[in-house]
Amino acid sequence: MDLTLKVWRQDGPQARGRFETYPVPGISADMSFLEMLDIVNERLITEGVEPIQFEHDCREGICGSCGVMINGKAHGGHERTATCQLHMRTFKDGDTIVVEPWRAGAFPVIRDLVVNRSALDRIIEVGGFISINTGSAPEANMLPIPKEVSDAAMDAAECIGCGACVAACPNGAAQLFTSAKLQHLNLLPQGQAERWQRTVAMVETMEEYFGGCTNHGECQVACPKGISIDFISYMNRDFIKGKSINRRLGGQGLAK
Amino acid sequence: MVTLDARIPDGPIGEKWESHRFNMRLVNPANKRRFTVIMIGSGLAGASGAASLAELGYNVKVFTYHDSPRRAHSIAAQGGINAAKNYQNDGDSVFRLFYDTIKGGDFRSREANVHRLAELSVNIIDQCVAQGVPFAREYGGLLDNRSFGGVQVSRTFYARGQTGQQLLLGAYSTLMRQVGLGTVELFPRQEMLDVVTVDGRAAGVIVRDLVTGEVSSHAAHAVVLATGGYGNVYYLSTNAKKSNATAAWRAHKKGALFANPCYTQIHPTCIPASDDFQSKLTLMSESLRNDGRIWVPKDPADTRPPNQIPEADRDYYLERMYPSFGNLVPRDVASRAAKRQVDQGRGVGPKRNGVYLDFAEAIQRLGRKEVEERYGNLFEMYDRITDEDPYETPMRIYPAIHYAMGGLWVDYNLMSSIPGLFVGGEANFSDHGANRLGASALMQGLADGYFILPYTVGDYLAGLLGQQAPGTDHPAFAEAKRAVEEQTKRFLGTKGTKSPDHFHRELGKLLWEHAGMERSKAGLEQALRDIPALRAEFDRDLRILGTGDSLNDSLEKAGRVADFFELGELLVRDALHREESCGGHLRIESQTEDGEAMRDDENFSYVGAWEWTGDGQPQTLHKEALTFENIHVAQRSYK
Amino acid sequence: MVQAKPRSTVEAAVTPVNRRPKRQMPWPLNLYQTAVGKKWVMAITGVIGMGFIALHMFGNLKIYLGAAELDHYAVGLREIAYPILPKENALWLMRGLLLVSLVLHVHSAFSLWAMNRRARPMGYQSKRDYIAANWASRTMKWTGPIILLFLAFHLSDLTWGFANPDFEHGAVYNNVVASFERVPVSILYIVANLALGVHLYHGAWSLFQSLGVNNPSINWLRRGFAALFTAVIVGGNISFPIAVLTGIVG
Ligand SMILES: Cc1cc2nc3c(=O)[nH]c(=O)nc-3n(C[C@H](O)[C@H](O)[C@H](O)COP(=O)(O)OP(=O)(O)OC[C@H]3O[C@@H](n4cnc5c(N)ncnc54)[C@H](O)[C@@H]3O)c2cc1C
Ligand code: FES
Repeated sequence: MDLTLKVWRQDGPQARGRFETYPVPGISADMSFLEMLDIVNERLITEGVEPIQFEHDCREGICGSCGVMINGKAHGGHERTATCQLHMRTFKDGDTIVVEPWRAGAFPVIRDLVVNRSALDRIIEVGGFISINTGSAPEANMLPIPKEVSDAAMDAAECIGCGACVAACPNGAAQLFTSAKLQHLNLLPQGQAERWQRTVAMVETMEEYFGGCTNHGECQVACPKGISIDFISYMNRDFIKGKSINRRLGGQGLAK
Repeated sequence: MVTLDARIPDGPIGEKWESHRFNMRLVNPANKRRFTVIMIGSGLAGASGAASLAELGYNVKVFTYHDSPRRAHSIAAQGGINAAKNYQNDGDSVFRLFYDTIKGGDFRSREANVHRLAELSVNIIDQCVAQGVPFAREYGGLLDNRSFGGVQVSRTFYARGQTGQQLLLGAYSTLMRQVGLGTVELFPRQEMLDVVTVDGRAAGVIVRDLVTGEVSSHAAHAVVLATGGYGNVYYLSTNAKKSNATAAWRAHKKGALFANPCYTQIHPTCIPASDDFQSKLTLMSESLRNDGRIWVPKDPADTRPPNQIPEADRDYYLERMYPSFGNLVPRDVASRAAKRQVDQGRGVGPKRNGVYLDFAEAIQRLGRKEVEERYGNLFEMYDRITDEDPYETPMRIYPAIHYAMGGLWVDYNLMSSIPGLFVGGEANFSDHGANRLGASALMQGLADGYFILPYTVGDYLAGLLGQQAPGTDHPAFAEAKRAVEEQTKRFLGTKGTKSPDHFHRELGKLLWEHAGMERSKAGLEQALRDIPALRAEFDRDLRILGTGDSLNDSLEKAGRVADFFELGELLVRDALHREESCGGHLRIESQTEDGEAMRDDENFSYVGAWEWTGDGQPQTLHKEALTFENIHVAQRSYK
Repeated sequence: MVQAKPRSTVEAAVTPVNRRPKRQMPWPLNLYQTAVGKKWVMAITGVIGMGFIALHMFGNLKIYLGAAELDHYAVGLREIAYPILPKENALWLMRGLLLVSLVLHVHSAFSLWAMNRRARPMGYQSKRDYIAANWASRTMKWTGPIILLFLAFHLSDLTWGFANPDFEHGAVYNNVVASFERVPVSILYIVANLALGVHLYHGAWSLFQSLGVNNPSINWLRRGFAALFTAVIVGGNISFPIAVLTGIVG
């Protein structure tokens, strides 16, 4: 098929960006979206134009590297689909495809479609873990965990950290990411000791970098793993609890 | 002249690691702070190793070319991780895991290493569960297992089809905890481009900031490479697009021996390529072979849709040829069998380049819901890529390059032939011999990172107490840095006409054709002529646009492709010299009468480790003999 | 837990968009120092507002029973909790609660809005295509101020009376009729109630989320609840001017 690509080009973090339009003839419907970009880049190189920088690695929807706005929708807006899993058969011959990087204050553009998502790592480093040093783990089957609990934790743990939730959110909020990371650990018995510190620390760090949730629900439909906003609700509850109850007298770790 | 000393501890196989741990020197807590360790890579091996070293009190610097440690290629592993827990009470044990792994590796790995791996496997599961890795569970709340190719027990732990993701997130979370504590300094989007040696010891690294192009030097008392495998030398593989051999290769050029480069693994269950623009191949987890049945139509001319072909006209060739293992034969066997079917014209699909993997029987036996529970996300992935619904019509699969058993040579302590340079995870050659069993790479990466490197690096550092480590002002750093900067300039200055991807793809085709699943002397010799010719064209005709001081994907690729050329050539040379079939490597000249691979233990029971001797010169081969004291060496049979 | 420091050249480029409060206030004020806490306060005050709006609407239905009933109801409001408390005390307490709720609701909304603007200083340069965010959720920042402005008018019109030339203290029924007989006032009232409806439709669904009391098993009820609540309130409220204009009441 023959397409037109309107894509954001920006030479560097400080540079002003602009849209450039490239005709893209001869694309096969079986190609993935990123393979289409590969072909555009090959052609650009032949023409002496610098190729479009975009982020990618696994190309199977698990590493979370890829991710752009496609026609105003994060990852193109198909259910449970990351940009690398999007196939050209979802477009029609003659379409114009507009591609723009994620936009958020905490995701500055590095170049073209590549943004810096390290703020998500900052959220993890203040509490997105269970503090257990290597070697000190008890026997794995000592603690049975109901299958439902472990499945629910896994639902949250599937997050690939692509940042689509932030990109799609009208407020630039990272609540879906943070809540998925939190609830993965907060749901499991192993995660209880640090539950309240973790929740408070991660939420407060999140708020330094990102917007606030006003329950649009846009994140959940953009999420390539289909993570539910129910986790946000549980995060809110844990946060208020963590901030409110003096857990020391209840025999638990104290949230600051 | 290098001598290969694997430093395998004495004593009975089951006590070697224990007594070695006791004999290793310790560094007292106050002194640990004085040592800096550089970790290159944040995959399973890198993240777990860096976190564990930092927990002990060392200063750790972690470099990765990814934007976040969590994106390392390990994230893509689907199927599971082995451990000899024997939770299923089906006769598993440390010794059986050891035995299966040695046998699966076609008797080309070190007994001592593999036994240690099997011993540590149980600790890995404990550690990961404690970190909150949500492994699949049974209704009673205990951990569930599945079986994998090449074994007859159920010992594989898994987290849906995303085991690697969950294990990596676990390791990443412990790493980030240390970053938060200030014991690990994290350098994302920084690519290591050289190892610096001073007086023959590893003294630091040269890295390039991928965003600013700035090249910088970092000194340390020890350097650990956990930089993954080189499967992408074939261009099309199941590896992540950015996976590359540069770190290992540059270390090789600084004196680290490269072992068994020709041992690459071909995975039997990948989605067949659909066209020339294909950028990578997608793996369908091997776990599918637990319940899926592999077949082709008996009649090559049969064009009926698969679900209309009656049982009588189907050939379930694996079940027919290998009755005791059936669809669960090891990867190399399954891959070769599939290739044979396709070569005989019985391939299926539009390009006739695949075989069927059929779930109709499983759906009938277990119900659709159960099948969905086990493989739902894989089916979805398949559907999305091919636009075919595996619940209705069988999947089409074909082998693809998947894993590199070869890698930098290391001794029992995971130290390369450069003192102070350690190698962990897929980047080393250590545990898988000529063929890796499914679900054992995750195990090895984590064993290296959590439980081996923290001890062995410590032992090495203990020997350095009181010595001043050379700083980045040492001339060796300046020289290495200059070489790196010059290479960048050379790429930018070539001003030819073709992109690095073009050369990479061509190189991949050459290797797949001559050094892929089946290899022959003539083909390999041909490749040895073709690769240098292509390389010369690369040097002449490469086109890199843009500059070296901003994010420049093609520039990054150029360096990686240049290294792939040299590695590819060595891979071919290694394959050529190994005139036997073993593991994933089938030499046409070395087969049994019924077409099975035939090993030559008399002449080739060794690790082939190659020493770099300078640009444009063939490497020298060193041999580390393999001895088997605990396992009876036999031709593998899965019949 | 340890505070994060920027650790590499790349990461140093990302600076927080919101500053963390320098000093933690004592509980429960510290809740309000965070966005999640503000959302929580917004939900609680929203619930209070919803309760008020519902009672207000149901009470006003007395208009259909005639002037005496409605005026009597108005007097009754002043006598709530009488004789335990002096007359009007309970009413003032309620008014105080409502006023505080309103201020908090508006303030939290405003500061979240400001935070969200900082979170995306440069917006999308191409057209966004929303999938889930609906009209109601995206217009909260417009329906809110509309309701606020209307509230000021509504109080001036029917509580303080200076916006209503025929206002007479205590004669509730007559005041209402006199007010709604002015067609522009009725139109304003209807428009404002539609805005209120849009606001409620999102708010009544969203509060479960913000409070963290929702549960996947009640999710299917939440939309229905929001729709029903909105329909009842808006339907009831809008019926008053229509009844006056059509002469059913008057
Ligand atoms: C699709 C797929 C499925 C798999 N499934 C399974 C499975 O089910 N079970 C199993 O056991 N194994 C599986 N494997 C194999 C397994 O995933 C890998 O072997 C293993 O994860 C490798 O881990 P690693 O830590 O050695 O390296 P990687 O995870 O590859 O990490 C390499 C790290 O090194 C960094 N790096 C590399 N070079 C440089 C450089 N020059 N400078 C800076 N940083 C650098 C990278 O940024 C990255 O962080 C699978 C592999 C694939 C491809
Ligand atoms: S490239 Fe890995 S998720 Fe898309």
